[in-house]
Amino acid sequence: MNHQVIISLEGLHFSYSTLSPPVLKDLSLEIPAGAVTAILGPNGSGKTTLLFILLGMLSPQKGEILIDGVDQKGLPRSERSRLMGLVPEDEHVPFDFSILEYVLLGRAPHLGLLELPKERDYQVAMEALDRAGLTALADRSIPSLSGGERQLAKVARALAQSPRVLLFDEPTAHLDLNNKGRVLDMIRSMADDGVAVVMTTHDPNAATVVADHVVLLRAGQTVATGPVDAVLNSENLSQTYGLSVEVTSVRGRPVVLPW
Amino acid sequence: MTEVSKINEKTIVRRFLLLGFMVLAVLTLSLFVGRYPEPYWMPPSYLWRDELAQRLVLYLRLPRILTAFIMGMSLGAAGTVLQMIFRNPLVSPGFLGVSQGAAFGAALSIIYLGRSPLIVEASATFFAFSGLIISYLLARNIRYGKWILRLILAGIATSALFSSGVGVLKYLADPLSELPEIVFWLLGGLWSVTWRDLLYILPVVLVALGVLFLMRWRINLLSLRDETAFSLGVAPSRERALVLVAAVAATAVVVAVAGVVGWIGLIVPHIARWVVGPDARRALPASMLIGGTFALLCDNLARTLLAGEIPLGILTSLAGALIFVWVFLSDHRWVRR
Repeated sequence: MNHQVIISLEGLHFSYSTLSPPVLKDLSLEIPAGAVTAILGPNGSGKTTLLFILLGMLSPQKGEILIDGVDQKGLPRSERSRLMGLVPEDEHVPFDFSILEYVLLGRAPHLGLLELPKERDYQVAMEALDRAGLTALADRSIPSLSGGERQLAKVARALAQSPRVLLFDEPTAHLDLNNKGRVLDMIRSMADDGVAVVMTTHDPNAATVVADHVVLLRAGQTVATGPVDAVLNSENLSQTYGLSVEVTSVRGRPVVLPW
Repeated sequence: MTEVSKINEKTIVRRFLLLGFMVLAVLTLSLFVGRYPEPYWMPPSYLWRDELAQRLVLYLRLPRILTAFIMGMSLGAAGTVLQMIFRNPLVSPGFLGVSQGAAFGAALSIIYLGRSPLIVEASATFFAFSGLIISYLLARNIRYGKWILRLILAGIATSALFSSGVGVLKYLADPLSELPEIVFWLLGGLWSVTWRDLLYILPVVLVALGVLFLMRWRINLLSLRDETAFSLGVAPSRERALVLVAAVAATAVVVAVAGVVGWIGLIVPHIARWVVGPDARRALPASMLIGGTFALLCDNLARTLLAGEIPLGILTSLAGALIFVWVFLSDHRWVRR
């Protein structure tokens, strides 16, 4: 596969405060467009921190982030939000917005500070709902949804943003097999449409289903990066998770088992 | 839009029309409610044949009615906005040291600075804003928890500080003249309101509610978690601070004039969300209309029911609590789901 690189990270170094140990150490990465990059690693390896640095919410102490070859420090907030969306792991919405109202919030980057969403924004939101298979539920309230539907609503909200880069934090956590499949299918179809998808996950098997590229992260450093077939082997995974891991193949797809 | 959404949209338009009609009706009827020429009701014909009635309506009832309505609008809107940006439906607009600050300022003024309404209001306003500023500075320097938790903790601490100050002042006050006045002020009321008071609160309230109204859709985004809001291009801390200051400024001037009128800022946002849903594009204007009407109805009762004035705070708490219980126990026909 030959994908154009959209984001490249160079020598990133990050710690939450001067006293605490670094979370990311001299990390370099390239994120290709039109492909799914899975960041895999144990709890506390720095996956979510890396995602928030990509988003621009955290700034690394050292290193640089180039988006389309341009340093992202100069990128205004509004432009950044049109470029990049986030589907967080857990998004508690304290009020019972309808799904449509919630997905409409994804249009914010395309609207001014005092602007209200217009007919066109409603259309984009409905298209996003349609892709998530939630059209029939458009007027249901967010708290009344099941966990899987809520995850799909979050994806639809990010989709309404029409971003070129979409960051997912643990997209399949707490989902049953069916919903996991629906979410991963959406991720795949977005990547096929040219979006650069970056997802963190604990679950190597979610990565084998959907990812093109894998980044194995352990204690803030990469163990290995590259295409799934080349990287997801038992040696690399054992080193990443610190226990022996077996990789076998079922019907041509790698399956990861702790041993 | 889907078919379902269009039906929904129609229902909401109808509810807003209903609210608007209710507002106009209550505002108009309030002019004729009172204790002149006899308790409860003044026939409209008095307006063109009785000079005293004309003066009464123009100089006493009208400014008071408008002030009550604006007070309710401000508290309702501020409550809605603060509950959203703090992501907490239990927040009420005075909690950041504002209500207790105003109470302290009023008590201080009644004992030491002078009892004329102008001085009491100025002092109450000054300390209401001091409460906000102290809470804010305190929150910035607390080295614990996230932004919301820090502000709430700072607000609780500042309120406690000022309410103990009020306690001290009550203790020091002359029990025959000053103490009753302090107690009466603390219960809240609009009996002394004139056109001057209305002009005093109007500029601040207009600017503050104007800002909030213009930002009404954006406020939805501020109810999301920081990282999501950020990913949608929002500057969470800066924009929350802006709407916070607008909401609290309106509350501060209103509380300085009306005293501590409880429950409106807490209960009205809930009623507004029940009626038109949580989207602030609708919940914010609805909470203004409902808050204004609620405050005005309570104030009408306060000035009409007995020969003497009933403190407004008592009625708002009583009616607020009753409505709250009623809505919770009812079959939720109005609830949008």
